[in-house]
Amino acid sequence: MDAIRSFFSEYGVLLLEKTWEHLYISFAALLLGVLVAVPLGILLVRIPKAAGAIMGIVSIVQTFPSLAILAFFIPLLGIGKVPAIAALFLYSMLPILRNTYIGVKNVDRNLLEAARGMGMTSFQRTASVELPLAVPVIMAGIRMSAVYLIGWATLASFIGGGGLGDFIFDGLNLFRTDLVIGGALPVTLLAILLDWLLGRVEYHATPKGIRGQGGAA
Amino acid sequence: MLVFDNVSKVYPGGKRAVDHLNLEIGEGEFICFIGPSGCGKTTTMKMINRLVKPSEGKILLNGKNILDQNVVELRRSIGYVIQQIGLFPHMTIRDNIALVPKLKGVSAEDRNKRAEELLDLVNMPKEFLDRFPHELSGGQQQRIGVLRALASNPPLILMDEPFGALDPITRDSLQAEFKNLQQSLGKTIIFVTHDMDEAIKLADRIVIMRAGQIVQVGSPDEILRNPADDFVRDFIGKERLAEAQQHFQTVGQIMNPDPVSIGLGATISEAVRTMRRRRVDSLLVTDDAGILRGKITIEQIDRNRDRDAAVADLMERDIGTVRADTLLRDATRNILIRGSKYVPVVDQRKRLIGIITRTNLVDVLYDSIWGEEEDEGDAAVGEAAAAPAPQAGEGS
Repeated sequence: MDAIRSFFSEYGVLLLEKTWEHLYISFAALLLGVLVAVPLGILLVRIPKAAGAIMGIVSIVQTFPSLAILAFFIPLLGIGKVPAIAALFLYSMLPILRNTYIGVKNVDRNLLEAARGMGMTSFQRTASVELPLAVPVIMAGIRMSAVYLIGWATLASFIGGGGLGDFIFDGLNLFRTDLVIGGALPVTLLAILLDWLLGRVEYHATPKGIRGQGGAA
Repeated sequence: MLVFDNVSKVYPGGKRAVDHLNLEIGEGEFICFIGPSGCGKTTTMKMINRLVKPSEGKILLNGKNILDQNVVELRRSIGYVIQQIGLFPHMTIRDNIALVPKLKGVSAEDRNKRAEELLDLVNMPKEFLDRFPHELSGGQQQRIGVLRALASNPPLILMDEPFGALDPITRDSLQAEFKNLQQSLGKTIIFVTHDMDEAIKLADRIVIMRAGQIVQVGSPDEILRNPADDFVRDFIGKERLAEAQQHFQTVGQIMNPDPVSIGLGATISEAVRTMRRRRVDSLLVTDDAGILRGKITIEQIDRNRDRDAAVADLMERDIGTVRADTLLRDATRNILIRGSKYVPVVDQRKRLIGIITRTNLVDVLYDSIWGEEEDEGDAAVGEAAAAPAPQAGEGS
């Protein structure tokens, strides 16, 4: 008990600061990922020929070792938060892109034809049929991405991005178990918390009519 | 209202899904397109709201080429019902029904009123408005599907096998309900189906298609009576055709062409002799030209024993007749209601040409229950078991 109390009295403020940095990096990457991957996913459904190629490229990016990607951005963007966010953004793409693509693609074709036959414009079909019906699947992708990002964001510490990784790697370097745990535990808690939170978001973002029916039609 | 002028749809690779189609459809008509899978019936329908683009020819809607109109506006002005119901699962029934009005920019208040009004048409309570499609039964969902097509009051509605996915009982009641609705609202309907019974039940005119071409167009009666060729016959099915034939059988086809008659100038004793010889209890009386004048029965003769009296004096003049080209079903009703033992059959000039007796009716009834017997002698109980005639291919 004393050890915990003294850890907090010594590192409490720093912990909050690093947690904030961690969240900042993760959310920035996630936000970029959503902004790019969701529209891209919808677009890919429209151009099936490009879909295979782009999904392939994104999948390959996913297999690059994360440290390598982080290092790869140093000559391009230097060190600090920006290259860390850029690298994590690349990682966040795949689950979101894949789920958006699948979610939108799997919307019942009959519904889309009905929508077309009733005189919905292409934009209206996307906005009021495809997207609402694909929300559960897209949100699942975003959730997955978010949880991964919280974990990967620890590596940002290597290129000076900060975050809770600082605690963990300092601890490893200095053989200080308390620092390792002090960094790893909040990361775990953040991931769990975020997953739960996004689960609530998913529930509320899912249109009432298709809730609890195992995803999009 | 709708004219197909030499319309073709050719897919890349040269397959002609629809081949030089010409058809004119009038206001308020209920048209069924029917044919085996791949005959082009759905393609033809989808060309009307431009879900499929015609390769050749013109489609005129109220005189205007549909290709010259804004495609979104065109579709909003035509009702559309699809087979899989196609209600949007994430929208309430209200939003589903009022979708097209919403696209057209109708205010929420008016949309709501319209949705309630429509729900009333199919006797569904207002509470349904706030439910979601998955909370409704299949039949209720397709009712909503139909209402959705009616929402902006389009004069023309396209329906692609709308009742195909429903169970037979629900389908039957929806068909009847929809036919009434169509007649009371005066909509023009283009209805695609592969179910001949459905087409016969609903259509004003049936368009039978094969390989992208029209094989026959006509009212259900016309098609049943005069199938254009073997394809149509096969498609209708032997059983249905036989049934229809009975339906359209005329008196002339089943009458006994040799009625027992006697001349107007004959005496009573001659009449009695004829009765005895032919073993009948009444005679039809004709004049020299063969025109039916009346009938004389054994009771009438019995009451008047004057053997030298003329038949003309005793006969009953006021008797009912039927014409040879009368449909049997109408004549049957006559005979049965009046309770007469027989009805004389006459031609246009009132000449006696035959007679329908209750025995003839029994024969007809027998045929319709057990089918045409092959051998009159032993057409007994055994036949009943063999009753189900082989169904002709319907191409579902």
